[in-house]
Amino acid sequence: MLDLDDAATLWLTLQLACTVTVLLLALGTPLAWWLARTRSRLRHAVGAVVALPLVLPPTVLGFYLLIAFGPNGWLGQLTQALGLGLLPFTFAGLVLASSVYSLPFVVQPLQNAFEAIGERPLEAAATLRAGPWDRFWSVAVPLARPGFLSAAVLGFAHTIGEFGIVLMIGGNLPGKTRTLAVQIYDHVEALEYAQAHWLAGGMVVFSFLVLLALYSCYPQAVRGRS
Amino acid sequence: MTPALKARFRIERGDFSVDVDLDLPGRGISALFGRSGSGKTTCLRAIAGLERARGGYVALGDEVWQDDAAGVFVPVHRRALGYVFQEASLFAHLSVRGNLAFGMTRVPRDQRRFELGPVAELLGIDALLDRRPDRLSGGERQRVAIARALLASPRLLLMDEPLAALDHRRKQEILPYLERMHDELAIPIVYVSHAPDEVARLADHLVLLDAGRVAASGPLTETLARADLPPAFADDAGVVWDTVLAGQEPDALSRLAFAGGVLYVGRRDAPIGTRLRCRIHARDVSLALERPPASSIVNLLPALVTAAVDTDTPGHVLVQLRVGPSPLLARITARSRRELSIAPGKQVWVQIKGVALLS
Repeated sequence: MLDLDDAATLWLTLQLACTVTVLLLALGTPLAWWLARTRSRLRHAVGAVVALPLVLPPTVLGFYLLIAFGPNGWLGQLTQALGLGLLPFTFAGLVLASSVYSLPFVVQPLQNAFEAIGERPLEAAATLRAGPWDRFWSVAVPLARPGFLSAAVLGFAHTIGEFGIVLMIGGNLPGKTRTLAVQIYDHVEALEYAQAHWLAGGMVVFSFLVLLALYSCYPQAVRGRS
Repeated sequence: MTPALKARFRIERGDFSVDVDLDLPGRGISALFGRSGSGKTTCLRAIAGLERARGGYVALGDEVWQDDAAGVFVPVHRRALGYVFQEASLFAHLSVRGNLAFGMTRVPRDQRRFELGPVAELLGIDALLDRRPDRLSGGERQRVAIARALLASPRLLLMDEPLAALDHRRKQEILPYLERMHDELAIPIVYVSHAPDEVARLADHLVLLDAGRVAASGPLTETLARADLPPAFADDAGVVWDTVLAGQEPDALSRLAFAGGVLYVGRRDAPIGTRLRCRIHARDVSLALERPPASSIVNLLPALVTAAVDTDTPGHVLVQLRVGPSPLLARITARSRRELSIAPGKQVWVQIKGVALLS
């Protein structure tokens, strides 16, 4: 069965995944909107940067983030100047690193959903007296709802399952930065297969149920087009 | 007050350019008519502000929407216009009622010019209010889109080929509603179409667009009767007359009165006094120097030749005439013109073989 340690890890992992999902929806929505609608030449470069975490090994990202977050890195100097201390081996550091890593899983479904809406509903809304903000909230967001759902689920699930970058940025501090994936690894290392089974099996069931719900409620969200 | 619409702009896109200076009446339906690619939709989008034309000027009455010389460009959502797209473009996430309310609720209550009830009734969509857009037929969707545009209290209604995406039956289903709008609403409508029948049936004012330029512009009857139009229009030349049902004949004919005389058509069951619009194709009109003593053609009228011009079809000429004040076109051969000495000022008799009732 799950012991207290496992429960604390589970709780921490949920906190991390929720924070990252909210943060990424807040930052990823304007970014996806811009990518979907801009004609700027920068869009290809920005799109490629957003997609980088899909192809890079987590250790590469973790390595560079560790350097940036460190005492001599530009982010580390910034956080120190702001009196926030250093980010590596803290929950905040974990949130930032996971956000970078899960970014494409949130931005891409949103971008696809915004692109699928097309210009016409927004033009129609403009001729019906809706200003730019109004059009975004009352037309674009509701029409992109499957995209938002898909982005939230993928961002959340992907953060829960992340291993490499968590290990590099978070270390493995119980109750502080030890997440589910790392805990499973520890159990297996210690030959505690029963506990590993509970956590790993739980992850499989959880992921399956989430995807099942997504596929059956919004088949179009998974295909990325409505 | 019926403010006139002025629109002047130039748009260039590669080898396609639109360069127009429109001055449209502030009432009734003005049709922008032309082949596809003639720039009709671009004009409409530029009037709405959906397309940003450089050096443009757009004003409805004293309300200036765009004046690049003075640095004025009112964004689309601040212009009191309604726009009906070729595809209905209803909001898929809202019910019919939600779609109708979208524009209406964004207009302050004291500035609203239409109520939901009467507009829904006008367009025959009362029974559809709680449906989702994807549960509507093409014709129903387009009627909802028109109602939605009206409920935003526009001072100008722009319609971009609202019937083009519909099959013949759906078109026939919507046309009467458009005629009702024309009769009952006091807002000017700019109607883009490439279908001569729609234009002949609905329009009061006609703008012919050809390759991004205005080929002709004026009252429908006068403009259609011009003999000097580009070949694209001359092929299907014909005039439109507004008539009034004057009486029923015992032999299953109806008598129509028009400015200049009387026309007989197949019996039309409608109250005396009903306004009927009819179209007479130039190819259905033939000329004679004297009143034919015996003819199977019932519509024989005296007319005055005002012009005769060559057409693109070799050996054929287009003759412009007046029957009283009403203009008429006849398509005859060059040989007939020679043999009958058809020239401006000549008195002739016209025989009209076919009259198409449009409403």
